[in-house]
Amino acid sequence: MKVSDLSTRLGFEAICAPAGDADVTDGYASDLLSDVMAKAGDGSVLITIQAHKNTVAVASLIGIPAVIICNDRPVPSDMIEAAEAEGVALLRTPKTQFEVAGTLYPELRG
Amino acid sequence: MYPGVGLWSIRFHETIGPMVSFPIDTEGGPQVVLELIYRLKVKDVMKRDVITASASSSLRDIQLSMRDRGITGVPIVDGDRLLGIVSIGDVIQALDGGWIHELAADRMSTAIIVLEDDMPLSFAITYFNRYGYRRFPVLDKNASLVGIVTAADVLRALLIEMNREVEKLEEGLAGRAAAARDAAAPAAAGDAGGAGLTMSFVSRRFDFENAGKASAELKKALRGLGVDAASIRRAAIVSYELEMNQVIHSDGGVMEFSVAPGSVRIVARDEGPGIADVEAALTEGFSTANEWIRSLGFGAGLGLPNAKRSSDRFELSSSAGAGTTVLAVITYQERS
Repeated sequence: MKVSDLSTRLGFEAICAPAGDADVTDGYASDLLSDVMAKAGDGSVLITIQAHKNTVAVASLIGIPAVIICNDRPVPSDMIEAAEAEGVALLRTPKTQFEVAGTLYPELRG
Repeated sequence: MYPGVGLWSIRFHETIGPMVSFPIDTEGGPQVVLELIYRLKVKDVMKRDVITASASSSLRDIQLSMRDRGITGVPIVDGDRLLGIVSIGDVIQALDGGWIHELAADRMSTAIIVLEDDMPLSFAITYFNRYGYRRFPVLDKNASLVGIVTAADVLRALLIEMNREVEKLEEGLAGRAAAARDAAAPAAAGDAGGAGLTMSFVSRRFDFENAGKASAELKKALRGLGVDAASIRRAAIVSYELEMNQVIHSDGGVMEFSVAPGSVRIVARDEGPGIADVEAALTEGFSTANEWIRSLGFGAGLGLPNAKRSSDRFELSSSAGAGTTVLAVITYQERS
């Protein structure tokens, strides 16, 4: 699926949608950034509550095209700026990490 | 550097007045300057106490206000909504043309270029260079007028911050000179050495704002050399974990990269406080990080083990009271 599917088809609120609609090939849910670094595969969407710019740095370094911020956590403007600069999509949802993972699982692994 | 930003309106107002130009390269300038013009926000430099006038003020009232307050531009507002601006240029034209008694509403410039308070200072510099106006009104997210920025405000903020940065650089240089003196560094003779590219970045304690930049630059350099994606990923992981360790645990340090055709050598050197139990530090799950660092998603005791696992060679030397030096080498898997 494409990054744009996350907002248009699955209804997550798009906060930052960089040009060039990247492919999403897998998913990873974690709030530990070192764990994300070690385990999340290239092309994975990251499901997390870590709404700060370091999450964008990690995503950009290991090739994560999109980050979904759960529980409607507020997204600070410097995180959005970083995401725009790095070309990482940011989305937000009131759902929990568990619910988002459930929604995406049939799409990406089903 | 910030593609796709277009949330604010760009409109035009007075064009009278000398061009203010900042000889600062907002994209390719020195790293220290780039860091500060992206770290500082418009709201950090703007004047919050804005002298405004209503649309029913006469240009004469505004002229007197300018004279009494020593200012050269007055935003015209309705409450906190910006309606227009009257500049000293508009007042001079009014004096010349004989309409100084008319109302601001009829003579103000209504097409205005504004800044947003959350924009990096780099935007203000770009705007001064691009549009040549001497002041920009600043709006917040809700389009309320919250400040005004003049070239003098930007210059003052830049000078203060550059002084601070130069102080930090001087401290860093002194620290590195000291480190070089007592460097019998076991790791100093590298494998990767040779004719490659070397880069060095300073990290500071708890500077989460700039953390990750060294790793991003390393990744860029490796990509530029056409190194395979898996090796770039490993190098990025090693570099980022070591960089974050310096930010979280050390009193500040230096990240050095030697990028060679067959491998990359990463040396992370800090000035203390050192690791009391190196074996424990390399054990997954062991951490000395405090609560707020954990709440950011760091300090889970995964960093050093991650870095070690992703390296082909990994040497850590440290003791409590002294600094820590880590040498990591990543050998590229394939050439592409």
